[in-house]
Amino acid sequence: MNKIVNQGQLEAPTVDALVDLLNRSGVPTTDVTEIKGRARTVAIESKLWGKAAAVASRHHVRWSAVWGEHRPPEIYVTAALAGVNGHLLLRTTVPDVGGELPSQTPYYPAANRPERYLHDMFGVRRFTDQPDVFLDERRWMRHQAWKADQHPLLKSFPVAGKPLDETPPDCEYVFVPAEGEGVYEIPVGPVHAGIIEPGHFRFNAMGEDILSLEQHLGYVHKGIEKLAEGRDVHGLARLAARVSGDSTVAHSWAACQACENAADVTVPKRGLAIRAILAERERIANHLGDIGACCNDVGFPFALVQFGRLRELWQRQNATVFGHRFMMDVVTPGGVTRDISPEHVTLLRDGIAQLRRELDELLPLLFEYPSLQDRLRTTGILSLETARRIGAVGYVARASGECWDLRRDAPYAPYDKVTVKVPHSVEGDVAGRVHVRGEEIYVSLDLLDSFLLQLPTGAIKTDFHPVKAACSGIGLVEGWRGEIVSYVALDAHGKVSRYFPRDPSWLTWPALEALIGGVIVPDFPLCNKSVNGSYSGHDL
Amino acid sequence: MTGWILALVQTLFVVLFAPFLVGWVKWVKCKLQNRQGPAPWQPYRDLLRLSRKQVVLANTASPIFRAAPYVVFGVTVLAASVLPTISTQLPTSSLADVIVLVGFFALARFFLALAGMDVGTAFGGMGSSREVTISSLAEPAMLMTFFTLSMYVSSTNLSSAVAFLSAAHFTLAPSLIFSFMALILVAVAETGRIPIDNPATHLELTMIHEAMILEYSGRHLLLIEWASMLKLTLYSILIVNLIVPWGVSLTLDPHDMAFAALTVLGKVMVLGLLLAIAETVQAKMRLFRAPQYLGVAFILALLGMMSHIILEVQ
Repeated sequence: MNKIVNQGQLEAPTVDALVDLLNRSGVPTTDVTEIKGRARTVAIESKLWGKAAAVASRHHVRWSAVWGEHRPPEIYVTAALAGVNGHLLLRTTVPDVGGELPSQTPYYPAANRPERYLHDMFGVRRFTDQPDVFLDERRWMRHQAWKADQHPLLKSFPVAGKPLDETPPDCEYVFVPAEGEGVYEIPVGPVHAGIIEPGHFRFNAMGEDILSLEQHLGYVHKGIEKLAEGRDVHGLARLAARVSGDSTVAHSWAACQACENAADVTVPKRGLAIRAILAERERIANHLGDIGACCNDVGFPFALVQFGRLRELWQRQNATVFGHRFMMDVVTPGGVTRDISPEHVTLLRDGIAQLRRELDELLPLLFEYPSLQDRLRTTGILSLETARRIGAVGYVARASGECWDLRRDAPYAPYDKVTVKVPHSVEGDVAGRVHVRGEEIYVSLDLLDSFLLQLPTGAIKTDFHPVKAACSGIGLVEGWRGEIVSYVALDAHGKVSRYFPRDPSWLTWPALEALIGGVIVPDFPLCNKSVNGSYSGHDL
Repeated sequence: MTGWILALVQTLFVVLFAPFLVGWVKWVKCKLQNRQGPAPWQPYRDLLRLSRKQVVLANTASPIFRAAPYVVFGVTVLAASVLPTISTQLPTSSLADVIVLVGFFALARFFLALAGMDVGTAFGGMGSSREVTISSLAEPAMLMTFFTLSMYVSSTNLSSAVAFLSAAHFTLAPSLIFSFMALILVAVAETGRIPIDNPATHLELTMIHEAMILEYSGRHLLLIEWASMLKLTLYSILIVNLIVPWGVSLTLDPHDMAFAALTVLGKVMVLGLLLAIAETVQAKMRLFRAPQYLGVAFILALLGMMSHIILEVQ
C-alpha cells in the first residue's frame, strides 16, 4: 500500500539529479551561492524558464513557489522546485521595465496564480510558446485598489501606496462562464455568514450539482511584503507572525530560519527544540479545531463542542507556558523568547497525556459514527493524479496519497534527530482529510513527548548579529497546513530588503477548485472546511 | 360565545407558547452537548429584539415580499386555532378539517417560497427550490397519513379524531402505528429539523428554510421566525394529541381545560426533549438523501393505509 501511495514522490529525483537532468536537457545551469539555506540554487537563462519547468515536470518534480525581487534595474525571479530530498531554486533575471518570462503554467498548473501575482506586483509579463495553452491575463491581487500599470513591489513605489479616493468596484472581472440548459451561477461572498475572512466563490451549478467553482481571492491584501522592507530582523519576525494568525509559529519560524541562514546565525539546540514544541502544539490546536468544525458543518455539533473544549484546554496551556494562546512572537531571530521550566515540562506532559486519553475515546467514535461518516465519505474527492498535477501540499495532498512532509523529506533541526511518521489516506475525500489530521495529532503528540523528554540544556537564544553585507536566505518549514517557503534578503545594514512568505494555501486553494466538481452545492462548505486554506496567508 | 372566547384563549396559548418550545429544544440540546446554552426563554428576547429593529428592504422587493410575512404568520395562527390543543369542543374546530390544515401549511409555504425568489438573490431561489422539492415529497405522505386516520375514525375533522381516539380503548392498531411513524418523519422534514435541515447553521449554501428568509429583517423577520416556531409547535401538538390523546378535554369545562393545558404542555415538552436527543445523536443528511427519507415516510403511510384496508375494515 505505502509503495503505491508514495509513488509520485518517490519517483521525483534528488535535487542534484534534477540539476543534472536540466543540464542534459538543454537548460544549462550555473550554481549560485547567494541564497543560503537548505536548498541548492542555480541560475538559468530567462528564455529557458519555461523549458526548465517542462523538464522538471516530466520527472515528477513538485512546483513549490515563485517570487520576484527588485534590484534596479533588474528583477530577480526565483522559483522553488521540490525533489525527493529537498528544494532546488531556479533563478533568472529580467529587466524591470517590460520584463517578460516564459510561463511555467503550461507544465505546472500550480504556477498560474503565483505568476499572475508576480505580474501584478512586479510587472513581469508572462508568455508561452505552447500553441494550445491559454494564459490567464486577469489581475489576481487586490483587484482595483491600484491601477493596472502600477506594480507595488518595485522599489520606486512608495510604502504608503498611491491610494485612490475610492476603490472602484471590481465588477469587470470575467469569470469563466458555463452555458447550457438549466446552468446557473451562484455568487458567494466576499463577505460570508460565518466569522471567516473574505473571498469570493463563483459556482456554476445545475440543480444542486456543482459544475465548476472559480475562486476570486485577494480581498485581504495587506501589503505584508512591502511593509517588511526596511525593518530589522526582529521587526520582520513580528510581521511574519501575523501573515496568517493560525500559522503564527510556522511563519515566524520560516522567516527566522531564513534570516538565520542568511546571516549564518546558529540557533542553540534548546531554542530549536522549543521551536519544534511550539510548532507541534500549533499543529495540534488547529487540527483539533478543524476536525470539530468539519463535523459541525454537517450538523453534528457534538464534535464541535468536544473538540472546541480540547482545543481550549490546549490553548490555555499555551498561555500559561508561553504567555500567549497562539504562541505569537515566541519565535524570534536567534532562538525563542520563552524558556520551559521543569515544572512546565511536567505540566505540558500531563496535558499531552490527558489529550491522548480523550482522543482515544473521541476519535474512534467519530471515525465510526454512521450518520457522520455517511456525510464525510466520498464527499469532495481529490484523486491522487489531480493532487499531483496541481501540486497540492500538506494534509490535502497526504489524504490523497501524495505524502510530502518536509519534516521527514528534508528535515530541518531538530527534526533531523527524530523519525517523523507521515500518516496518509488513499481516499482523498473529506473523511480522508479528517482522518489524516486525526492521525497527525498522534504523531505530533509523540514528537512533543520526545522533545520534552530530551530537552537539551543550555541557552534558548543567541544574539542575532547581522553580517555587514547584503545577504539572503531561505526558510523551509512544515506548517500545519503544509510546506511554508520563506525568502528573506537583508541589506548591508541588516535591514530587510525583500521578504516573501509562500503560505501553503497558494497550493491548496486550487485543490478546492479541483475537488469540487460533482459535489452538490450544500456540501461545499464542508469541502471548504476540510481543505481550510488561509485567506490572509494567500492574499499577503 | 364562551366557546369562541375559549377558542381565542387556546389559540393565544399556543402562539405564546411556541417560542418557549423552540427555546426548550435548544436548551436541552445545549445541555446534551455539555454547553451552558441560552435560557429557554431566549426566543422571546430574540423576537422582542427583532420588533425593535428597522426593516431593510431590497430595492428589487415587490409587494409580495412585504405581504408574505403577514400571510405566513396569519395562516399559521389560523392553523393554530383549528387544532384541538386543549379541548375538542371548540367552535373553531368545525372551521377546517385536516385536509384544510395541510392546505394552510401549503399556503404559508407557497408565499414563503415566492418571497424567497422575489428579491432575486441566488440563496433565496436556492432555498425556495429546495423547500418546494422537499414539501412536494412530504405532502403526499402527510395526506396519506391523514386519510388513514380519517378512515380509522370515520371523520376528517381533527377534533372528532382526537375525541374518538381518546375515548377508545387503548389498542395497537397497525394502521395507526405505521401512520404515526410516517407523520413523525414528515413533521421533522416539514419543520426543518436535523437530519433534513439544520436550524442552527450559518452556512448559506446548506440552508433550506433559512436561505429563503435571508433577506428579511425587523418585524418581517419576527413574523416569519414566529410562524416557523409556531409550525414546530403545531406539528408537536398534532403528534402528541393523536398518539397520546389522553388529557385533552372533551368538554368546555374550565377545570378540565386547565388540566388539559398542563397535560399538553408536558407532553409537548417531552416530545421536544426527544427531538433534541434525536438531533444531537445524528448528523444532517446529504440533500439528495432527503427524497429517500421522505420515500420511507410515504411507504410507511401507504403501509398504514393498506393495513387498515386489509386488517381493520370489517
